[in-house]
Amino acid sequence: MSDLLGLTAATQAELIASGEVSGAEVFEFWRGRAAEDDLGAYLWVEEETPADPGRLPPVAVKDLFCVEGVPSSAGSRILEGYLPVYTATSVRNLQEAGAAVLGKTNQDEFAMGSSNENSGFGPVQNPWDRGRVPGGSSGGSAAAVAAGTAPWAIGTDTGGSIRQPASLCGIVGLKPTYGAVSRYGMIAFASSLDQCGPLTRDVTDAALMLRALEGRDPCDSTSLGLPEAVTLPSAERLDGLRFGAWGLAEEGLDPGVAEVCRRTLDRIEELGGGVQEIELPSAGHGISAYYVVAPAEASANLARYDGVRYGYRSPHYDDLLGMYENTRAEGFGEEVKRRIMIGTYALSSGYYEAYYGTAQKVRSKIAQDFAAAFEQVDFVVTPTSPTVAFELGERTADPLAMYLSDYFTVPMPLAGIPAVSIPCGLSEGLPVGFQIAGPAFSESRILDAAYALERTIGFEGVPVP
Amino acid sequence: MIDRDQVLHVARLSRLRLTDEELERMPGELSKILDHVEKMDELDLEGIEPTTHVVELQNVLREDVPRPSLPRERALAGAPDVADGGFRVPSPGGS
Repeated sequence: MSDLLGLTAATQAELIASGEVSGAEVFEFWRGRAAEDDLGAYLWVEEETPADPGRLPPVAVKDLFCVEGVPSSAGSRILEGYLPVYTATSVRNLQEAGAAVLGKTNQDEFAMGSSNENSGFGPVQNPWDRGRVPGGSSGGSAAAVAAGTAPWAIGTDTGGSIRQPASLCGIVGLKPTYGAVSRYGMIAFASSLDQCGPLTRDVTDAALMLRALEGRDPCDSTSLGLPEAVTLPSAERLDGLRFGAWGLAEEGLDPGVAEVCRRTLDRIEELGGGVQEIELPSAGHGISAYYVVAPAEASANLARYDGVRYGYRSPHYDDLLGMYENTRAEGFGEEVKRRIMIGTYALSSGYYEAYYGTAQKVRSKIAQDFAAAFEQVDFVVTPTSPTVAFELGERTADPLAMYLSDYFTVPMPLAGIPAVSIPCGLSEGLPVGFQIAGPAFSESRILDAAYALERTIGFEGVPVP
Repeated sequence: MIDRDQVLHVARLSRLRLTDEELERMPGELSKILDHVEKMDELDLEGIEPTTHVVELQNVLREDVPRPSLPRERALAGAPDVADGGFRVPSPGGS
């Protein structure tokens, strides 16, 4: 049964379909693996094997997805012990496709962070080097898949929270087009950016999971689904496809990471693809725009945590205002408070136009940059993260340095377009991620290109015990 | 730049009680972030329409079909303080 450890989710699904193993055996195996997690990747692990575990291996679910009757805290003390009364549509779609919930994974509090160090329930260690961060905010999901304590996982990406941890842990992470997957039941961070997507061992698994996740949902009026069914990737060559490389000359990009990415560009050419440098003149301002838009939306979304309807209530108060202020002061972590402050400031009278109005125009400029790029090329490719996994504690004292971890991943959600990160090699013995972005709803084409590259790169995951 | 008084004002708007240590730290920390944010002013944004949402959707309508809503006891199950079938809160005017 330990053979399952080395298999992709798609291969395990084939074994279940052919009757070689039962869904219950597969679930039981992964439940055992998840229960042995010692990286801090899980906040909760299912104890019972479901009566009918289904045709797919079980899935690890980021804590911020509501699952009925299962602790769902979004990594925050203010929601400790909260038991949702309904299940997120994305999770329900996976369950209906045959993937049961294996456990809830650790994350930065309310998905605010790039290292998982902002979790209210402790950090997560990177399985490649336990002294380093797994990335964030979907750090638990990425670490679990990389360490073989989950066959696959879901996370959310607002400014890079799927792709950056996937990059730092040496796995595949896909942020779909905004609207491809329902946000219903995702504990909200920044509603115009948040999107659910897969973190998987390989590209085929990402496609298989996206097929189950996507779809229009009457409970999320901004959801559209994908216009065409997701095809499983099969490309062996990249003939005729044009790749626009962005960001390889950016200051702040680690030279080791740049070199591995350049080698990946060579591989694209070996497979018949064309590579050219492209300009995205406004994308470098993505972090600036993001740190207005996301905190502004967060400050509104997080107003609901007031100690009245659910979650934590401070015992220290004299009146209603004091109850609100102390509940939020004691329940939220440092980074969440910082973002609520930035967002409230940016939306406050007299500053709204200068910050929020300007940031929304920058979003338009970035979307125009991508639209112009996609007239010349089929895909925009970049390093996913400017560095490999950094040390625990290395950036916690400098919020801005932490924010810049998302330099290459922030422009895509601002423009609403999909992007995948695939592992493309090692630098200093740690994984480097390569990002492929395409126009809205081009997921199948992106995954096809990623698949061809994945085959030629032949990346070997972390050796798991 | 954001000074100590503005931090206090924004904290009040945000319903956050800050500790002395936070009040000491936040003006500098937030100013540094806002300085970076303000670099977006370098872009020429003349005539650019703001993006409020990336999906072009308007008036997503559905049939108005009655269906059961969440039972009261389940809605109240996670609340810190419940009385008489409702959420109980301290008096707005003090005890």
